[in-house]
Amino acid sequence: MSSTIDDDMSKGKLNRRTLLRCAAWGGAGVVWALKGGVPTALSLIDAAAAAEGPSLAFVQISDSHIGFNKDANPDPNGTLAAAMEKVRALPNRGGLFMLHTGDVSHLSKPEELATAQQIIGVSGLDVHYVPGEHDVLIDHGSDFFARFNGAPDRKWYSFDALGAHFVALVNVLDFRAGGLGRLGDEQLEWLEKDLRGRSASTPLVIFTHMPLWNAYPEWGWGTDDSAQALSYVKRFGSVTVLNGHVHQVLQKVEGHVSFHTAMSTAFPQPAPGTAPSPGPLKVPAETLRSMLGVREITQVRGHGSLAVVDRTLA
Amino acid sequence: MEKRRSIGLRAAAIGVLLAFGAAADPAMKPQAADNADAGKIVIDNFAFEPSTLTVSAGTVLTWLNEDDAPHTVVGTDAESPIQSPPLDSGERYSVALAKPGTYRYFCSLHPHMTGTVIVEQRF
Repeated sequence: MSSTIDDDMSKGKLNRRTLLRCAAWGGAGVVWALKGGVPTALSLIDAAAAAEGPSLAFVQISDSHIGFNKDANPDPNGTLAAAMEKVRALPNRGGLFMLHTGDVSHLSKPEELATAQQIIGVSGLDVHYVPGEHDVLIDHGSDFFARFNGAPDRKWYSFDALGAHFVALVNVLDFRAGGLGRLGDEQLEWLEKDLRGRSASTPLVIFTHMPLWNAYPEWGWGTDDSAQALSYVKRFGSVTVLNGHVHQVLQKVEGHVSFHTAMSTAFPQPAPGTAPSPGPLKVPAETLRSMLGVREITQVRGHGSLAVVDRTLA
Repeated sequence: MEKRRSIGLRAAAIGVLLAFGAAADPAMKPQAADNADAGKIVIDNFAFEPSTLTVSAGTVLTWLNEDDAPHTVVGTDAESPIQSPPLDSGERYSVALAKPGTYRYFCSLHPHMTGTVIVEQRF
């Protein structure tokens, strides 16, 4: 299979069918390379063999749910710590940083947030956070924002790193009955201003908690006003959207925008529609860590592109 | 488990006090004794069951979270007396609605979860 992909890639004609085949590899680890806005897929071996090898750029973790204590994982502290050990063991850590895409805590309790911060601190990395709906249950998340973003009213923000523009969006505040995730007018206005005047060739990395596409609205997996946000990024050549919430890897490519939901460090959730509800999926203790994970995002040298690699804790 | 129950009961007591304080009608008493299950709504599989419940005014409504995820019960109207704290698995929230009307509510963690309580005049 990989030789076919190699052939296609060398001819520069990777097609939709090949992409879908790659997406089906799942557990083996798929590298999505984003070059000039056109997503292409490489096998891990291909990526490793690239001229000078890909250099690790940043790490994403998600859904640590500190405070969770049900059968699906009685020890989310332990699995988050295991994830941090994985991160500590990564090579070339200079300049490395991490994104946490929300549900840091299970019930927004100050002690849960403090425990998470302590365990994540072991990584020794700078961490950029966005909240999940579990983090904003008390006082609209003011404790979360104060602790992780530096001020109780600093919710969404952006920064530049690695030649890319990173945008942290919050889609778990002010939910409407019957609806999905929500960004809200104030944030959308901010986003439009934040992106205005930026070169379309700047790679964008958007990170948030709930999916920015309708991954499975029947379970609330989507964001009501995401279309508005995505209309602002249309002109950019390369847009990578990273999120959590669904506790499994789902990927989708739409034009120049690729969407990647991440595994949790705490417990898996069922694939869309395969269970009566999206509640925690109970699996045998010995397989739990094969369904939890961390995500590495690399820059492929000579390609000027980003690649996404999901690794389990097993 | 013991701790959870006490939190639930405290929430119930506060809910009842608030509801009756607002109604300012000391003659009206909760109807829980008439039929313990009259105002019971179970939360499971990310849904409220029954999703629409009709009760007479003053009935104590109790939402019991039997799901393996936390949920809330929050009125869609900002003024709604239905305002629960986060309910972890096994926790419950109670409130008595003295004023007849249609009360819509949802889970503020999972907003696709919605429900309705219809409160009818007592005769």
